[in-house]
Amino acid sequence: MMHVPEWVLTVAIKSGVLIFIVVTSFAYLMLTERKMLGWFQMRLGPTWCGPWGLLQPAADAVKLVLKEDLTPGGADRFLYKVAPALAVLTALMAYAVIPFGWYPNGDPIAIASPNVGILYILAVASIGVYGITLGGWASQSKWSLLGGIRSTAQMISYELAMGLAIVPVVMLAGTTSLAGIVAAQAAHHLWYAIPLLIPFLIFGITAMAETNRAPFDLPEAETELVAGFHTEYSSLRFGTFFVAEYVNMITVCSIRALLFLGGGDGPFVSVHPYLSVLWFLVKVGFLLFLMIWWRATLPRLRYDRLMAFGWKFLLPTAVTNLLVVAAIVSTMGSR
Amino acid sequence: MQPTPWTVIAIYFVVALVVAGAICVIPGLFTRKRPTKEKLEAYECGVPPTSQFTGRFPIRFYLVAMLFVVFDVETASFYPWAVRLRQLGLFGFTEMLTFIIVLGVGYAYVWKKGGFSWR
Repeated sequence: MMHVPEWVLTVAIKSGVLIFIVVTSFAYLMLTERKMLGWFQMRLGPTWCGPWGLLQPAADAVKLVLKEDLTPGGADRFLYKVAPALAVLTALMAYAVIPFGWYPNGDPIAIASPNVGILYILAVASIGVYGITLGGWASQSKWSLLGGIRSTAQMISYELAMGLAIVPVVMLAGTTSLAGIVAAQAAHHLWYAIPLLIPFLIFGITAMAETNRAPFDLPEAETELVAGFHTEYSSLRFGTFFVAEYVNMITVCSIRALLFLGGGDGPFVSVHPYLSVLWFLVKVGFLLFLMIWWRATLPRLRYDRLMAFGWKFLLPTAVTNLLVVAAIVSTMGSR
Repeated sequence: MQPTPWTVIAIYFVVALVVAGAICVIPGLFTRKRPTKEKLEAYECGVPPTSQFTGRFPIRFYLVAMLFVVFDVETASFYPWAVRLRQLGLFGFTEMLTFIIVLGVGYAYVWKKGGFSWR
């Protein structure tokens, strides 16, 4: 019998618990969004399942599992079935390196903390394009295909500005480790959103485009493309794309909180280090609230304007800002 | 064997793969399949599909992908430089400024040629 080291089991259990928490928070993020959109539009939102509609996610899950799983006749059957799983897999992978806070001895509370955490996140986010693109292509329907390639073009265009918005943070912190970036901010209690306000805003805009959220939800623009890349999907496979989308929402908000809002830094963390987890979650929740608010407020962009905004405005702004920050940092000298 | 961050991530990947695999297999386990000809057709607003799916799409998207490769390599090259910028000082800054100016010429050319406008 093969001997499995104890730490392997510990890591596996931790990973399982973390994934469970992430998927549960997806369910309640979706409910919160529906509730809040309701309030924004002078409605009540879901109220029937359980008190205040709290059991609505469970009801939705049961409904989706019991629906017929259809594969369109012309579809590429293998890719059609694998694409949603691929989308959710890449969405979950980012959580392996996110530090949720720190232990009293200063170690980050994370599954793993590699020294190139931010590059790892960018790499995983790039693979995330495949789930949607393959799903749209494999359906062999013109709406799905258009939604899929729209999504690809949009995500890769905004990824550039996102990558460039992160570089100034790396300059100030002098490290690509997520825990290191948080520690650099906590050391001076200076959250990078203050000196790096422009990258903070650019990151917020690109985050919405990367997750295909309104006003950048053109891959699933229902007035133009029926439902975009998931037009042909039904049952739980349809729901899986939503899992991926909402998990990605939580991811980008977590990254934004880590890079620009000091991660777990906040009042009283030096006295009670475990409070860092609470502060981190509060910040992520606030950023998620902003994303839902924007969805309720802003109309969808036209496609040519979306591309022009990304390439002609965000990209040069990000590069110019990067040069200004670089000029300041390089004259400050080494500490 | 001592855990390194990457072995830990590999274990996490296996767990996530199991979850994703379960999501891939579960649909259809609890339901009967009753496919009909209409259900299996590609959706076209309630009428029979009017055009054959050929997989062709506007060349614009291809152009965007090409431009992305150029600028993404540039973005990736910023990171190692950014980590060491404090130590490199003004030398590092002028080096990168030269790089960005060269790149800016290409960017201006693509803009002038209409590579960023969608029509």
